[in-house]
Amino acid sequence: MSKQMTSVPRHLTFEIFRFNPHEPDGEPHMQRFEIEETPYMSLFIALNKIRETQDPSLQFDFACRSAICGSCGMMVNGKPSLGCRTLTADLPELIRLQPLPVFKLIGDLSVDTGVWFREMAQSTEAWIHAKEAFDPQADEQRMDDELANTLYESDRCIECGCCVAACGVARITKDFKGPAGLNRIARFMMDPRDERGDQDWFEVIANKDGVFACLGMMACHDICPKELPLLEVYAYLRRKALTTKSRDD
Amino acid sequence: MRSIESTDVLVIGGGLAGERAAIEAAAAGQNVLILSLVPPRRSHSCAAQGGMQAALGNCVKAEGDNPCIHYKDTVRGSDWGADQDVARLFAEQAPRAVRELAHMGVPWTRVRGGNNSYFIRGERVSIDESVDNDGLIMHRDFGGTAKWRACYAAAGTGHAVLYAIDSEVVRLGINVRDRVEAVQLIHDGQRCFGAIVRCLRSGIFFPVLAKATVIATGGHGRIFGQYTTNATINEGMGAAIALNTGVVPLGNMEAVQFHPTALAPSGILITEGCRGDGAYLLNRQLQRFMVDAEPEKQELASRDVVSRHMAVQMRDGHGVDTAFGPHLWLDLRHLGAEHIRTKLREVFDICRDFVGIDPANELIPVRPTQHYSMGGIRVNRDGQAYNLGGLFAAGEAACWDMHGFNRLGGNSLAETIVAGRIVGQCAAEFAKGCRLDAQLDIATDACDQAERRARNWLQRSGTGPSIYAIRDEMAETMINRVGIFRNGDELEQALSELQAQLLACNVAVLRSKAPGMNPELTFALRLENMLKLAIITTMGALARTESRGAHSRTDFPLRDDDRWLNRTLARWPTGRDEPELTYEPVGLLDLPPGHRGYGDDSRIPMRRSIDEYNAEVDGLQKAAGRIDLMGAQGRTAGSAA
Repeated sequence: MSKQMTSVPRHLTFEIFRFNPHEPDGEPHMQRFEIEETPYMSLFIALNKIRETQDPSLQFDFACRSAICGSCGMMVNGKPSLGCRTLTADLPELIRLQPLPVFKLIGDLSVDTGVWFREMAQSTEAWIHAKEAFDPQADEQRMDDELANTLYESDRCIECGCCVAACGVARITKDFKGPAGLNRIARFMMDPRDERGDQDWFEVIANKDGVFACLGMMACHDICPKELPLLEVYAYLRRKALTTKSRDD
Repeated sequence: MRSIESTDVLVIGGGLAGERAAIEAAAAGQNVLILSLVPPRRSHSCAAQGGMQAALGNCVKAEGDNPCIHYKDTVRGSDWGADQDVARLFAEQAPRAVRELAHMGVPWTRVRGGNNSYFIRGERVSIDESVDNDGLIMHRDFGGTAKWRACYAAAGTGHAVLYAIDSEVVRLGINVRDRVEAVQLIHDGQRCFGAIVRCLRSGIFFPVLAKATVIATGGHGRIFGQYTTNATINEGMGAAIALNTGVVPLGNMEAVQFHPTALAPSGILITEGCRGDGAYLLNRQLQRFMVDAEPEKQELASRDVVSRHMAVQMRDGHGVDTAFGPHLWLDLRHLGAEHIRTKLREVFDICRDFVGIDPANELIPVRPTQHYSMGGIRVNRDGQAYNLGGLFAAGEAACWDMHGFNRLGGNSLAETIVAGRIVGQCAAEFAKGCRLDAQLDIATDACDQAERRARNWLQRSGTGPSIYAIRDEMAETMINRVGIFRNGDELEQALSELQAQLLACNVAVLRSKAPGMNPELTFALRLENMLKLAIITTMGALARTESRGAHSRTDFPLRDDDRWLNRTLARWPTGRDEPELTYEPVGLLDLPPGHRGYGDDSRIPMRRSIDEYNAEVDGLQKAAGRIDLMGAQGRTAGSAA
């Protein structure tokens, strides 16, 4: 903290990807901006400053600005990151910002992660398949606190899309569930409230778009802003797939 | 060619209240469309951290809890500003809401039977939880409650609940449109027929016709600019489009909550669950000032009370001075690294990411910051807005009104689910009772009007001020003059500044004429609306010559139950320069006005008897046709048209 407060202000150069698909003659290009660094400056603060003082047409997405809503995934010097929790103090003086790949571009740094994740939720049926209807008169079903904690840990994914953007397989395989998708599957597999059994899951995870499509490069694990244990998630899914007999057997 | 869409129930806002209402309306067989500024899982509901209040009574410190105690805590928390019938209805339904969420998959933290170690009032306490309760939903302590009642999923309760509810929306196949904004209601002064929507991908305007419209757009903390814990999307456009009808009143807009522990200087929320779990507030001298200030509740008095004590500490020079202004400290160190990295996991992340500290070893810089809007679209018990049939509101966008002048921590998450369900049901019932009227000329006129506004902004040129400069002035006015402590002179000054800022919008000039959504135009269309909300907040605060809950007047320090046991209603008649304020009683009194159990106990008592007050409420409610008749009138208007 004291380092933040006392450091000499730096002069930052941003190179930002620009493209507005609604501009009739628009061409994708990189544009340079220069600003003075201030203490605790995050990319949320820096990008708003650029938009408000230099180019008001600049498009980007932020909502919570506290790294919990997942709106602001972007490529920061080539690495998928959440813009709001990236402090300029941790970056060199030249900062290159590009939109996340894989997702459809909306404009400049803004991409359509919402539609991608909705389709993923639909295709993996990412909801509790309840064994019975809710009984408003009954007490809640009991659960061991350790299990609740494990479920919470895997439920912490904020669907920012950084892992998908970092994934070599996702970038070349259209229907690959992607790290976030596989994590979501594992989350429901572990939940005893979900009635889907190993056989049902086998169909989802053991096909060509499931866990065996992963080549194990693990960039997803390294860059996940929420530090989800993706390595363990894939190990769990592979083990489950390999120990499940297919319906044909 | 302009496309026109239609649905039975239109839900504006994809956070918890909106999605819960949508689920209920869809379950009732209605065609539902949800509009959201962002993908629903990015709604600000996800930022709720510490818990959701529901009187399950599962752990030792919650023993004997029941909805009646929850209701009384809520009314005391509101400083008697709440509608007590609504608070009771809410408290009774909250347990069901939590259990239903468990059924939908929320990983609630659970009771661990056997020996547990807690921090209570500054001391480590060892408590044996009953083995019989092992695995039931656990509670943590929160401010202003008689029992431990907040159900929680570590420190990511809102996230877990939002993901579970949104999963249900996906399961039911409910139609969701993200990156769209409702910019105007379609109405004829008596009935609402849907909304004009702007696509935030393309900038195109289009009408959505609906039998029933539910506004659930959350709060409007961004009228305080950066001095809020709220997300950038909490600009209050739901309340504003209701206000812009000219007939729908907003309730208690002067009731603005400051959360004691926002991270300094960014304003990011640090959950009350920290203090619930035993964290201390310290001043510059590292003293626990809350122990002397509130011997009974200490750090766990209500948010309005704690925020005032903190503001006084900083005013009196006990704050830590920085280039960004003074702050105080939140001390979690004694809770231990393991507790912090599990039960307060998200707090650990926020401290590391935004100030570079580990709260297991270091103090967290905090200060009170705007957090919650108790005020909003005034609705009756069914969630129906006053004076406009077919319009409903739920959640923070609404003034239902269970929070009165101060909301208790954990009651907002619970409200979104409880009210969402009730209002979704009522909206569905309303929609069933009427036909979808093709009010095409009204819709087309409204859409033309919305497009004209945008065109005016894009065509205006010259050297006028930037919209961002006006926004920054609004923020400074609000935080400096309409903040934790208020007085007549400052509020007068604020009002004249805000009025000048509203006029400045007429000459402000956009620097960008970019086609498509154009972020500058998008904000320009909101700014005038935000200023209107700010003006109503300030006028309400100026008129209310008492102190109640979060509304604290240094020139009128007493709560005045004789003159001000009422709710402010603010309408902005079309074509007028300023809003008009009227008042209604808070509702039937069951729990008589008294001491809250924390905070100041000096007040001006009511001269009338409770019976006399209630007789007036009864008469007014019947005369105004609000509680019992409003819904029926709306239905008649709808089906006759």
